[in-house]
Amino acid sequence: MSQHPTTYVPKSAFGKWFESRLPIAGLVHSSFIAFPVPRNLNYFWTFGAILAFMLVSQIATGVFLAMFYTPNASLAFQSVEHIMRDVHYGWLLRYLHANGASMFFVAVYIHIFRGLYYGSYKAPREVLWILGVIIYGLMMATAFMGYVLPWGQMSFWGATVITNILAAIPVVGDTIQSLLWGGYSVGNPTLNRFFSIHYLLPFMIVGVVALHIWALHVPGQNNPTGVPIKSGKDAVPFTPYATIKDVFATVVFLIFFAYFVFYIPNFMGHADNYVPANPSVTPAHIVPEWYFLPFYAILRGITFDILFINSKLGGVIAMFAAIAVLAFVPWLDTSRVRSTAYRPLYKQFFWILVADTILLGWLGAKPAEGWYVIVTQVATAYYFIHFLIILPVLGFVERPLPLPNSILESVLGTKKSGAGMPAGANAEPQSKG
Amino acid sequence: MAETTTTVVEPTRRDFLFIATGAVGAVGAATLVWPFVQSLTPDAATVAAGAPVDVDLTPIAEGQIVKVFWRGKLIFIRNRTPAEIKAAEDVNVATLRDPQADSARVKEGHAKWLVVYGNCTHLGCVPLGHQGEYEGWFCPCHGSVFDTSGRVRGGPAPTNLPVPPYAFTSDTKIVIGQEATA
Ligand code: HEM
Ligand code: FES
Repeated sequence: MSQHPTTYVPKSAFGKWFESRLPIAGLVHSSFIAFPVPRNLNYFWTFGAILAFMLVSQIATGVFLAMFYTPNASLAFQSVEHIMRDVHYGWLLRYLHANGASMFFVAVYIHIFRGLYYGSYKAPREVLWILGVIIYGLMMATAFMGYVLPWGQMSFWGATVITNILAAIPVVGDTIQSLLWGGYSVGNPTLNRFFSIHYLLPFMIVGVVALHIWALHVPGQNNPTGVPIKSGKDAVPFTPYATIKDVFATVVFLIFFAYFVFYIPNFMGHADNYVPANPSVTPAHIVPEWYFLPFYAILRGITFDILFINSKLGGVIAMFAAIAVLAFVPWLDTSRVRSTAYRPLYKQFFWILVADTILLGWLGAKPAEGWYVIVTQVATAYYFIHFLIILPVLGFVERPLPLPNSILESVLGTKKSGAGMPAGANAEPQSKG
Repeated sequence: MAETTTTVVEPTRRDFLFIATGAVGAVGAATLVWPFVQSLTPDAATVAAGAPVDVDLTPIAEGQIVKVFWRGKLIFIRNRTPAEIKAAEDVNVATLRDPQADSARVKEGHAKWLVVYGNCTHLGCVPLGHQGEYEGWFCPCHGSVFDTSGRVRGGPAPTNLPVPPYAFTSDTKIVIGQEATA
């Protein structure tokens, strides 16, 4: 934000000496202590901190797992069992890592839909949003390769199905497939390179997250009204207000996470993945992890040829397009109002999109036959219609509700905004929503 | 060289250095990418392990399907019964999604033996033998149906189960991975 309230002045002599050589304490101070935060943020704004925590958690558990794991097709499955049975607390490390991946996606989906609801992708936050889409893509690649590592039946057949899909890409598809396999089918070389890349990508995510936060700190955070901070009264300092809220939310999230880890650690997994990979037998149902299901449904939904594009390639294009379209949302949405709280029409379409995505996820877990296919096609069509038609058109036809003049006004109501009022804790919530 | 007053800017030695270094750097970088990418292609040991394999057909009873691997890929060898052969031959080829006569999928004089890749052409699952409407194969993943010639007859699979390169070395032996010479 324009007014950074304080410039950091170190107190100790050492602090002064160090700061004049590497001003990192000042950077931390202006980013996480004095940084002005809109005073009306709700709990949906804590998922960024939760995501950062989960990334660190995945890296920490992953680095330890890698000390015991063997990336070799004939030893990998056993080494995971070794982690589960012999390594002290190995079961905990693995369940934290496997369930942590799921929790990571729970948080990222809430985070993304938060952005879609409050228009956090609109100017001046387009670059911030696109960096987020990139992180999401890297997360999916990381999780896909990670799931191959235990070398169970689902690992093997998931890798087989997905790498076969890539072969549908014209001209370069076969080359890409062969470079991923390092052989003539999914095998030991595939496992080795997937492990290496699975180790690498999270650190690339760390890099993009740093850019993401940097891009956030230029325009500052959006807020439930979508109205930017106009004066100091609209904001509170990051510490203690946002810090304590983020920590509190993270702890609550961890309780949820811990419930899975300690009580239902295999709820998100598939029993078939406890059967060692066998290239001559396919499990009865190949189902990806839940967080891929909507895209898997879209992939399988294209069962017909579109002009010269055959159904298999069509499915691949639709699947990647379903993710890529997110990057264009800042320009597809033509409305100038950010927050959905003031967009009565978009609000309805937003919730239809949420329902459509959940429906696609449900369909992705069903066998692709009979009427499931037809519903999948309708839901897929709707997904694209939402982004490519409804979103641009709404901006022209919708009549938004009147916006509050400031964040403060939305928090305290339109009655005169007393400067001496307490932080508005028990003030009426935004009345327009 | 500092003729600042002339309108034509003379190339300097620095310009030359800049272009020459840039060109060498670009070519060097491009050249270095090659070994990195090449390292990802199937390595020599994998290629060697992908050499042709011999299969003795004598233990395969009539009606039986045997699975073998070549290059890590599953292959079905099916000893077809006369009824299965007849069913495969009697099909009107024009009605098929991927039209191919049965005779084009077996070796001349060996109509009994069908040799096909064992991964569904849809997304690569292993179809189950003797099942489905045509009692060829049925893929449990997304319901593709194949006949006794391994041709797709229903479901999402776009093409027939491909026939790998192979040749009869005697009446009861085949070698998978190489076509007959001459
Ligand atoms: C973005 C962060 C990450 C995500 C989303 C992720 C996801 C996954 C997933 C889904 C699995 C399969 C779990 C199972 O069913 O067993 C897995 C396994 C594994 N991951 Fe990660 N991972 C991440 C970071 C890392 C890092 C940084 C390392 C190493 C330094 C690592 C090392 C491993 C190892 C060794 C396994 C195999 C052991 C096992 O299957 O439990 N991961 N990962
Ligand atoms: S993989 Fe066989 S039908 Fe899909």
